[in-house]
Amino acid sequence: MGALPKQVKIVEVGPRDGLQNEKNIVPTPVKVKLIHMLSEAGLPVIEATSFVSPKWVPQMADHAEVLKSIQRFPGISYPVLTPNLRGFQTAVASGAREVSIFGAASELFTKKNINCSIEESFQHFDSILKAAQADGILVRGYVSCVLGCPYEGKISPAKVAEVAKKMYSMGCYEISLGDTIGVGTPGAMKDMLSAVMQEIPVAALAVHCHDTYGQALANTLVALQMGVSVVDSSVAGLGGCPYARGASGNLATEDLVYMLAGLGIHTGVNLQKLLEAGTFICQALNRKTSSKVAQATCKL
Amino acid sequence: MGNVPSAVKHCLSYQQLLREHLWIGDSVAASPDPAQASPLLSGLPEDVKIVEVGPRDGLQNEKVIVPTDVKIEFINQLSQTGLSVIEVTSFVSSRWVPQVAAGATEIAVFGAASESFSKRNINCSIEESMEKFEEVVKSAKHMGLPARGYVSCALGCPYEGNITPQKVTEVSKRLYGMGCYEISLGDTIGVGTPGNMRRMLDSVMKEIPSGALAVHCHDTYGQALANILTALQMGISVVDSAVSGLGGCPYAKGASGNVATEDLVYMLNGLGLNTGVNLYKVMEAGDFICKAVNKTTNSKVAQASFRA
Repeated sequence: MGALPKQVKIVEVGPRDGLQNEKNIVPTPVKVKLIHMLSEAGLPVIEATSFVSPKWVPQMADHAEVLKSIQRFPGISYPVLTPNLRGFQTAVASGAREVSIFGAASELFTKKNINCSIEESFQHFDSILKAAQADGILVRGYVSCVLGCPYEGKISPAKVAEVAKKMYSMGCYEISLGDTIGVGTPGAMKDMLSAVMQEIPVAALAVHCHDTYGQALANTLVALQMGVSVVDSSVAGLGGCPYARGASGNLATEDLVYMLAGLGIHTGVNLQKLLEAGTFICQALNRKTSSKVAQATCKL
Repeated sequence: MGNVPSAVKHCLSYQQLLREHLWIGDSVAASPDPAQASPLLSGLPEDVKIVEVGPRDGLQNEKVIVPTDVKIEFINQLSQTGLSVIEVTSFVSSRWVPQVAAGATEIAVFGAASESFSKRNINCSIEESMEKFEEVVKSAKHMGLPARGYVSCALGCPYEGNITPQKVTEVSKRLYGMGCYEISLGDTIGVGTPGNMRRMLDSVMKEIPSGALAVHCHDTYGQALANILTALQMGISVVDSAVSGLGGCPYAKGASGNVATEDLVYMLNGLGLNTGVNLYKVMEAGDFICKAVNKTTNSKVAQASFRA
C-alpha cells in the first residue's frame, strides 16, 4: 500500500461551492461570519465567494461585499472563483489575491455550462492567467467531470490528463480534480490519477469528491494512498447536486477531518470549532447537516 | 463546480447513468497494461460475499415495530436480489432450541472485545460469555448448524474508549477456536478509521485466516466505506451491511448506524468485484422497507436515484 502523506491541506469550499448550491439565499453578514468561524477553525484555504453574474448565481451576488468585509487571518488564503476576465478584474479590485478558474474534461459539459468548447475555454483562461501573472495573483485550476459527466457519461482518464496538463502549463499552481456528480469509485479514481500524475507532479494536485453516491471518502482515501495531499471539502457537506434533486453534494469537511485525524495526518484544523461553524450555517440555512460526524452526538 | 445555475439542465437521468455499468466498472475490467496497473487496487478479492443484516441488526434498531407480514415481504424481496446471506435471527439465548425448530439454518453468537460492553450488554464478563458460547456452538454443531461469531467494539467501545487490537484478536481467536466458521469484526459505534482498521486486522489476521473474517462497519461517523475499502485491500472478502442503512446507533441519538447495502454494492461494482447482487433489486427492497417504516433512506445511492 502507498504511504499516506503526513500532512493534508484542506481547501474549504463551503462558502462558495456549498452555498452556491443551496436554495435559501443567505445574507452577507451570515456569509462573513461563516468564513470567520472557518478561519478560527484553522482551515488553511477558504474559498470565499464567486465573481459570477448574479443573474446566474443569485446567492453570490454580494461577492464584492463579502470579500471586502471578511477578516483575513494570517496564513490563510481566501481564493475566489472568477469565470471570466471581467470577474477577475472585479475580484482583484475587491482585494482578491488568489482566484479559481473552472475547466472540464467533457466537451458537452463545457458547452452546456459556459457555452463554448474546451479549446475555446482555454483561450478565456489564457487571458485571466496572463492578467494574473502581471498582477502577481495565484490561480487555481479546477477540472470538472473527472470521473463522469452528467451529459457524456464516461470520461477517459486521458482526457482528464490532457485538460489538467494544459491548465497547469498555462500557469495554474494547483489543479483540483473534481468528481462533479460523485459517480466515481476507488478504481476509477486510481486510473484517473495514474494518468494525470504522468503529466503533473502529485504535489500540485487536489481531489474534489462529491458524495452523491456515498463514495467520496473512499475515493479520497485512494487519492491519499497515491500521494495526493490536498483535498477539497465543504463544511456540513453543504451544497446539493444540481443534477440529481434530493441528492447530496460535497464531502463534509467534518467527516474528512475525522478520518485524517484518525489516520494521524496533520491538517491544522480544530474539529470542535469546525463543528460549531457547521451548526451555525445549518441553522442559518434552516437545513440539517449532511455531516455524519455532526449528526453523531456520542463523543468518544 | 463552476458557475452552474441551480436549475437542472437537460442531462442523462440517473437511472440511465446507473444502467451504464460499462463506464462504472470498465476502468478496472479493461486494465490495458499490467505494468501500468497501480498495485494499490490490485490484490482486492475478486468475489465479495455481502451479509445482509437489515432484517435483524437494522430493524431491531429502528423505533417503529415492524409487522410480521411486512418483515416477511421485505425478506422475500431481499431473497430476489442475489444476496446469498440474509440474517433474520434476532438473538441467541439459552432458549434457542425453539428457533431451531422454527427452521433456523445458522446461529450467531455475540461476543465483545470490551469487558464493560459485555457486562452492560449481556450482564457477564467476556470469559463467562465465552463459556456459554462454547456450549451453544457445540450443541449447534451436533445439530449440523454452523455458527457465526460476532466481535463487537472491534475499533472502540462506548464505555471503555480505545480497544487494543490484541484484545480483539484474543476474543476472535477464542470464538474461531470453539468452532465458529466466520468471525464478523464489528465497529459497533462506527468510530474507526482506516488506520486502526488496518492495525486491528493486522493483529487478527496473524491468528485467523482472512477467508474466515468479515467486517461489520457502522457509518456513524461516515467512515464505513473507507474502512471497508481498507479491509478489502487487506484481503477480507466478507462484508456486512444493511439495506437502506437501516438501524440507528443506540449509543448516539440521531446518528446513523449500519452502512447501506446499496452504497456498498455501488462501490464493489465500480471496483469490478463480483457480488452476485442486483443493485436495482436491492434499491427496490430498500424503497419498500423505508415506506413501510416511514423513514427516509440512509443510502446515498438511493437518495440520488429516487425522486425525493
